[in-house]
Amino acid sequence: MGFLNLLTKRGSQGATLVRLPTGSFTLDPGGRIVASTLPRSFPAGKVRQIGDLVLSTFQAAREAGIPLTELIADYAALKLTARELRGGAIIFLAPRSLGQK
Amino acid sequence: MSVRHKVLLLDDDQDLLELYREMLARLPSQPEIHTATSGARAISLLESEPFSLLISDLNMPKMDGLQVLTIVRRKFPQLRTAVMTSVVDTQFRTRAYAMGIDLFLEKPNTSQEITFFLDCIESLLGREMDGGFRGVQSKSLVDIIQLECLSQSSSVLKVTNGALSGKIWFNNGEVIDAESQDLSGEAAFRKILSWKTGNFEILPADPERPRTIFNSYQGLLLESAQALDEAQAQVPEGESAPGPEEGAPAPASESPLAPLARFNGVEFVMTVRASDGKFDSWSAENPEQISQWVRQTMQRFRVLGDGLQAGQLSQLEGLGPQCHVALVSKADNDLCVGFHRSLSQDLVRETMSKIATKWAS
Repeated sequence: MGFLNLLTKRGSQGATLVRLPTGSFTLDPGGRIVASTLPRSFPAGKVRQIGDLVLSTFQAAREAGIPLTELIADYAALKLTARELRGGAIIFLAPRSLGQK
Repeated sequence: MSVRHKVLLLDDDQDLLELYREMLARLPSQPEIHTATSGARAISLLESEPFSLLISDLNMPKMDGLQVLTIVRRKFPQLRTAVMTSVVDTQFRTRAYAMGIDLFLEKPNTSQEITFFLDCIESLLGREMDGGFRGVQSKSLVDIIQLECLSQSSSVLKVTNGALSGKIWFNNGEVIDAESQDLSGEAAFRKILSWKTGNFEILPADPERPRTIFNSYQGLLLESAQALDEAQAQVPEGESAPGPEEGAPAPASESPLAPLARFNGVEFVMTVRASDGKFDSWSAENPEQISQWVRQTMQRFRVLGDGLQAGQLSQLEGLGPQCHVALVSKADNDLCVGFHRSLSQDLVRETMSKIATKWAS
């Protein structure tokens, strides 16, 4: 079996593979994260990127004359749901499993 | 004369690469094996010469396998891709398949698993040799149907065009049946022929399929071409023609988006070209601003999806106190539909699905 064990990687230094998180986080109107149930392993930069995009999308929709209170982005492997909270937002992330609609 | 396949192996572990190279070199098809220890190196190799298959690890430093696949799927859509990883996690499997890979395999640990792994790769290379229709842009659907008929094939041609899909059954070089959405027989055949782009896949023959089409394939193609020409002649230049079986053409003064607005609860419809922002709108109150919002929002959410390696953005929905909106993309175009605020989210989703299907056709 020694030979066959060679086929399995002996730990990868500095590997960057990140799981898509399940959880939610809340932003105040200034874009600061005030509460989060996301795992710590999920990079803070990505959380900020999602938050900034959601807040700016709500803002741009208001300016375009189509104010929105909820936003749902359906990706093949992730569902993102955002609800507007008096200028801030609560954002839910839910990875999809194979075959899930 | 058979062509030797080129396989590119990507893994950050050089020892593993050598082992896999030795194993794969013994496949019956005797592929030419190249290796890369980083995503950047793999992409450079793919740019420099054509490959049949990329086999990538997922867990790698700097650029991980999902990042590599995101780039590869966009730059080399015709390339077959397989993931081979020791990461046993259904989420990564889902995300990899969402990116359009052909195979997701766990790294083999036993002789039985090695045999299975080699069989899978050989089968994938065989599919490349037999099929190879995915991403073929220089061949029209008519070319592919003629090829199947002239080669006296018995097979099933599966065609997908956005949200639409259809099948054409061949038996000994004759078209015997077709099916698309709720159509069957010659009507379905004509419908499929009206699609200008899409993906093709040749499936195994279905000898039990009852015959519903008795016209020759030349006759079918001729009639479909005539119907398409007539439909094309009835719409202004630069706009797409409706399918030949979709009934009377729209009046010259009617917006091409009007047929999409004939669903309950639709308040406005808009299409926006992602590359330059050019838009068409039907009944939108402030189309300039909405089109900018649509273009910017879809672009930014696509970038977010790429960054998260979450797969393709299939739909974006917004619910609001004045109206609801739903957005989908196809090729370079975004479609935005505004719905009355009284519609429930489920109804918005259901109606948008029908509208997107009609738009894609």
